[in-house]
Amino acid sequence: MADQNATAISAEHLVRRFGNFVAVNDVSFRVQKGEIFGFLGPNGSGKTTVIKMLTGLLPLSGGQATVEGVDVGKDPDAVREKIGYMSQNFSLYTDLTVTENLTFYGRVYGLSAERLRNRMDEVIQLNGLGPYLNRLSAQLSGGWKQRLALGCAMLHEPKLVFLDEPTAGIDPVARRQLWDLLFDLSGHGITFFVTTHYMDEAERCSHVAYIYYGKLIADGTPASLRELPDVQPVGTYRVEITTPEVTRALRIARTIPGIRSATIFGQSIHALVDDHFDIEHLREQLLKNGLVVGEIRPLAPSLEDVFVELTYKNQLAMEGARG
Amino acid sequence: MVNPFRGFGAVFYKEALHVRRDFGTLFFSLIIPLLQMFLLGFGIDTNVRQINTVVYNADGRRESRELLDRLRNSDTFRLYRFVNNDHDLNDAIISGKCRVGIKIPVDYSDRLLHQMDAQVLVLIDGSDSSVAGQAINVTTAIGLDESLRRVLPASDAKFAVDMRPKVLFNPDSRSPNFFLPGLTAILLLNVTTFLTAFSIVREKERGTLEQLFVTPVRPMGLLLGKLLPYLFIGFFELCMILTFMRWVFHVPIHGSVLLLAFLSLPYIFVSLSLGILISSKAGTQAQAMQLAFLTILPSIFFSGYIFPRETMPKFFYVLSYFVPATYFINITRGIILRGAGWAHLWMDGVALFLIGTILLIIAARRFQNKVILT
Repeated sequence: MADQNATAISAEHLVRRFGNFVAVNDVSFRVQKGEIFGFLGPNGSGKTTVIKMLTGLLPLSGGQATVEGVDVGKDPDAVREKIGYMSQNFSLYTDLTVTENLTFYGRVYGLSAERLRNRMDEVIQLNGLGPYLNRLSAQLSGGWKQRLALGCAMLHEPKLVFLDEPTAGIDPVARRQLWDLLFDLSGHGITFFVTTHYMDEAERCSHVAYIYYGKLIADGTPASLRELPDVQPVGTYRVEITTPEVTRALRIARTIPGIRSATIFGQSIHALVDDHFDIEHLREQLLKNGLVVGEIRPLAPSLEDVFVELTYKNQLAMEGARG
Repeated sequence: MVNPFRGFGAVFYKEALHVRRDFGTLFFSLIIPLLQMFLLGFGIDTNVRQINTVVYNADGRRESRELLDRLRNSDTFRLYRFVNNDHDLNDAIISGKCRVGIKIPVDYSDRLLHQMDAQVLVLIDGSDSSVAGQAINVTTAIGLDESLRRVLPASDAKFAVDMRPKVLFNPDSRSPNFFLPGLTAILLLNVTTFLTAFSIVREKERGTLEQLFVTPVRPMGLLLGKLLPYLFIGFFELCMILTFMRWVFHVPIHGSVLLLAFLSLPYIFVSLSLGILISSKAGTQAQAMQLAFLTILPSIFFSGYIFPRETMPKFFYVLSYFVPATYFINITRGIILRGAGWAHLWMDGVALFLIGTILLIIAARRFQNKVILT
């Protein structure tokens, strides 16, 4: 048994039904303290539903969730004291200033006047909100709104913070800065539960899980996921093919024996090929079809490869189950 | 033990800030009721006078003209149009130009002079019941009076039964005295219900409600925190309405103003709770608006403000006990017109407080079960 004191979230066989629809289907995972846990999946796959279950917003239809040592089903109020939550749209009061938003959330958590003052100073400094204190939050740009929302969620010094798509719709610089801040805070022992669509963000997480139509289909460190047999079957490796005409190249590549699967990634194609596959043969085939071919080189699978592969496998499995 | 009012102070602080930021909206929501009172107070006369009347006088001699003078002098009728045939008489009523038609037959004077009974046709438009009632009463009374004058020989005759009606509290039948205390209740209801009707649904639309549910705020803390700032505003509005009523429309307040102020608090509380309940049911601000409008008409028509509750069918009479305005109209008319005191009105105050509490608990239960998010 893992050390209970080191566990921030333990989800066991979580189920959530809406009528006949099963939004979350037997999902189990464990998040250690101090981790940045990336929770990924397509839209509508149940990410936000899981967050709502773990934060006590939605009752569980089945299973058990323990958050910071408290059973969510039994005592959701006790959980709320211990966690911070930042929702997709930052949930700020736009007609209130930065200071007023912070003061409100501080009081909601029942901070004493003195502690509130101290914490506000800390949060303002940490998030660099100093120059904007008296500005209405409606007038802040996306990145600053997000920092303020994070500040509001962290005033009461939670040990665990849920961030639901914190970087949706903000610029790349602000995105980078947010992640730097998260690393900094996680270094101080704070656990983050982050949902995202961005694969580069997923790569930065210390632990990722992938949910697909209510089922958890991957759970581990990014490195361990790359080595999954489903992703990287024995006797195969990955290659990257650079070419300006990716769509045509893809069509051709898929007809070549030895290529098990192929997907477009920007100006290149990622292909899963048999161990004895001859790269030069592939180049010849493509050149013969009048394509300009750049570099063809072996490649370690990215997390995106991992998720594409797992999604594909699950789709097949689901169709098999239906048909 | 969790404090069921947790978060009250924080929410109160935030709501007060919202009010201050959006001062323009507040200003309009406070000034519009006063404008309405101004219009209605000056424009509405509940006494029926000067009804447009069309006359077909086929006789035209002295007796018939005397009868018309008496009708004119009653102040009830305004002899607006004279016609020469039945068709025009009917037409004036059907077209809505006149509400009453009087036809004096060609032999009216002859019959009277020959000590025979004469008939006068009075056509009354029944589409407005108060006008029709007044027209019937006054024409009947004038007919009776005319008859008595002719039957009884001289002036020394006495009536056997002498009814002496005395109208208490509003001896001059001044319309504002009757009209404005009730209007106070309706105006106050409109302002306050609309103030809170958007409070929760707005947060639902912005997504901040979900955020609040992840904090330790308890439903009652949230609702009361949202309600209380508006209780002050509602109370302020009441003071303005009363000031207007007293000094612009000269409606005397016979009872204790302090008691009236005190008993207005549970009423404002009810209206705000109603707004909050609406807000928790509605999915969008537009829905909340429609629901809030739904409260207005029952408050006007089932509260006894316009039609006496006693004449309602049993079912609606019972229903009127669930309309908060019923109690407050009793309170305002009681204190302002009848000089009623605490002993007469405490039950109305308690009833209002209970209704408000029940509404608020229903709203809070919706939060407890989080139905509001799904």
